[in-house]
Amino acid sequence: MENIIQIKNLNKWYGDFHVLKDINLEVKKGEIIVICGPSGSGKSTMTRCINYLETFQEGELVVDGIALEDDVKKIRDIRSKVAMVFQHFELFPHLSILDNLILAPMHVHQIPKHEAVETAMKYLKRVNIADQANKYPNQLSGGQKQRVAIARALCANPTIMLFDEPTSALDPEMINEVLDVMVDLSKEHKTMICVTHEMGFAKRVADRVIFMADGQIVEENTPDEFFNNPQSDRLKQFLEQIITH
Amino acid sequence: MAVYEEKSARPAPINTNGAIYWLKENLFATPLDIAITFLILFVLFQVVPPFLNWTIFDASFLGSTKADATGSGANWIFVKDKISMFMYGFYPQDQLFRLQILVGVTLVEIVLFKYIAKTIKQKIFVFVLYPIVAFILIKGGMFGLVEVPTNKWGGLLLTLVISFVGIVLSIPIGIILAFGRQSNLPVIKNLSVVYIEFIRGVPLITMLFMGSVLLPLFFQEGVELNKLLRALIVITMVESAFVSEAIRGGLQAIPKGQYEAADSLGLSYWQKMILVILPQALKVAIPNLVGISIELFKDTSLVMIIGLFDLLSMVHLTSNDSHWLGMETEGYVFVTFIYLIFCYGMSRYSMILEKRFNTDHR
Repeated sequence: MENIIQIKNLNKWYGDFHVLKDINLEVKKGEIIVICGPSGSGKSTMTRCINYLETFQEGELVVDGIALEDDVKKIRDIRSKVAMVFQHFELFPHLSILDNLILAPMHVHQIPKHEAVETAMKYLKRVNIADQANKYPNQLSGGQKQRVAIARALCANPTIMLFDEPTSALDPEMINEVLDVMVDLSKEHKTMICVTHEMGFAKRVADRVIFMADGQIVEENTPDEFFNNPQSDRLKQFLEQIITH
Repeated sequence: MAVYEEKSARPAPINTNGAIYWLKENLFATPLDIAITFLILFVLFQVVPPFLNWTIFDASFLGSTKADATGSGANWIFVKDKISMFMYGFYPQDQLFRLQILVGVTLVEIVLFKYIAKTIKQKIFVFVLYPIVAFILIKGGMFGLVEVPTNKWGGLLLTLVISFVGIVLSIPIGIILAFGRQSNLPVIKNLSVVYIEFIRGVPLITMLFMGSVLLPLFFQEGVELNKLLRALIVITMVESAFVSEAIRGGLQAIPKGQYEAADSLGLSYWQKMILVILPQALKVAIPNLVGISIELFKDTSLVMIIGLFDLLSMVHLTSNDSHWLGMETEGYVFVTFIYLIFCYGMSRYSMILEKRFNTDHR
C-alpha cells in the first residue's frame, strides 16, 4: 500500500533546544497510529508538523503526494486534506455548533450552504449530538465539545485525521463518549494519527503504536507486541508507570 | 457504611434578604459606613435642591427676550431663542427642513438596519446608504437642493457629523492597523507601530493645528482644502490609532488555539481574521471602543480652535449676542445635558451590544 505520510530525517529546534531528532516515519493509507510518550517528548510537536502548525528546520515531509515547503498555497492544500482535533477543542465560541461545522466547507471548499448544512447534520448525528446544533460551544460539556470538534474535522472530508491528546482535558466520565466516537471512526479506514494516553483505545484500534521520548521515536510496534513485549527500557519504565495506576 | 438521603431545598433564613437587610448590610454596617452614608446625604442635600431650584423651580421658560425672565433661576428663554444655533449653527433657516427630514431618515435607517435588513449584504447596503443620503441632505448642491457650504454647518449638527465620520472611518482603519501591528512582515509591522505610537504621542490639539497648517502644503497650490475636511482627516487619523490599540487588546485576548484551529481547517489569512478572530476580538474590544467613541464625541469640541463652531463653541457665540449677554451658565448647562444624553446613550448601547454578542451562556 502507498504511503500517505512520509517523514524523513525531520529535525526541529526551539531556539537551541532540539525538540525533534531525526524523525523517520511512514504511514500507510488507512493506517491508525497511536503515539504515546511522556510529556515533552515531542509527540504533539511532530503531529503538528504534519499540517504545518509547526515548522521544522531540516528534513522532508510528504503528505498525500504534496511535499511540504514554505508555500502558502501548498500549505493550504495540505490543511484542507488533514483535519485536526485539539486537546482544548478550539471550537469558535462566537458561532453556533452548526456554523462551526459549515465554516470550512463553505469558505475553503466552496460548498453551497444547504449542502454544507446537510453534511454537518449527518456528522452531528454520527457523534450523537444533532439536537445541540443551534447551541453555542460554551453551552456544551467538555465531552460534547470534543465530539463537535471531531464532527467539524470530519466535515471537510479529510483523508487524514490528527488527534492531539483529544481526551486529556476531559473529566473522567466524559472520556468514553469521545473514545467511542473515535473507535467508531476507526472502522472507516481513514488514516488516523492519535497522540493519546488512552492505552485501552490503542489496544483496540491501533495498527501500530509509537513510543516517543526526548524528541525521538524510541520504539514502534503492533499493539500486541508493544504492550506485551516492550523492547526498550524506556518504554518498559513508561508502561509500568501508567499501568500501576 | 452510611448512605445519606436526598435533601430538598429550603428558603433562606429570615433577615438575610429584602430591602431592610440590604440597607443594613450596605449603608449602615459599621460606624464608618454610617458616617459616610450621612456625609453623602449631607452633601447631596446641599447640592441637589439648589440645583433643582435654579434649573426648574426658579427658572423662566416663557417669553422671548431677556427682560421676560421672571424667576431668580436659569433663564431658559435664552436657550429657546437660540435653539437653532445650538442645533444647526448658521445653517440657513429656510433650509432647516432638510435636517428635519434627516432626523426622519435616521429613524427609518435604524428600523431598516435592525428589523428589515436580514442578510449581511442588505445590512451593509443600509449602513453605506445612510452617510450618502445624509451628506446629500446636509450639503445639498444636487437633486435641486440649494448648496449649504460647510462653514455654515455648526452646533450639534457639526458635532454629530464629525463624531459619526470619525467613529465610522476609524474602525476599519484601526482594524487594518491592528492587523498590521500583529503582522509577521517587518515592514508592515514597523510602519503600523510608528504610525500608532506617533499619533498617540501627540495631543489632538497639536494634530488639529498641524492639520490646518501642514495638510494644505501636501496639496497643489490653489487646491483649497476645506476646513471641515481637514478636521475630519485629522480626527480620523488620530482615532484610528486609538481604535487600533483597543482592537489589538481584543486580538491579544484570543487564545493561540483559535488561530491554529482556523489554520488547520485550511482558512486563508483573511478568512481566518475576518471570520474567526475579528468577531471575537471586537466583542472583547467593545467597552474600549465605546469609551473611545464617547471621548471622540466630546473631543470634537476641540475643532473650535481651527475655527469650526461645534456645539460647545455655540455657547460662546450665542452668549456674545448683545441681547443675551451673560447667559454662559445657561448655555453650558444646556450643552452639558446634550453631551450627557448622547454619551449616556452610547454607553447604554455598548451594554446592549455586549449582551447581544455574549455567547458564553453557561
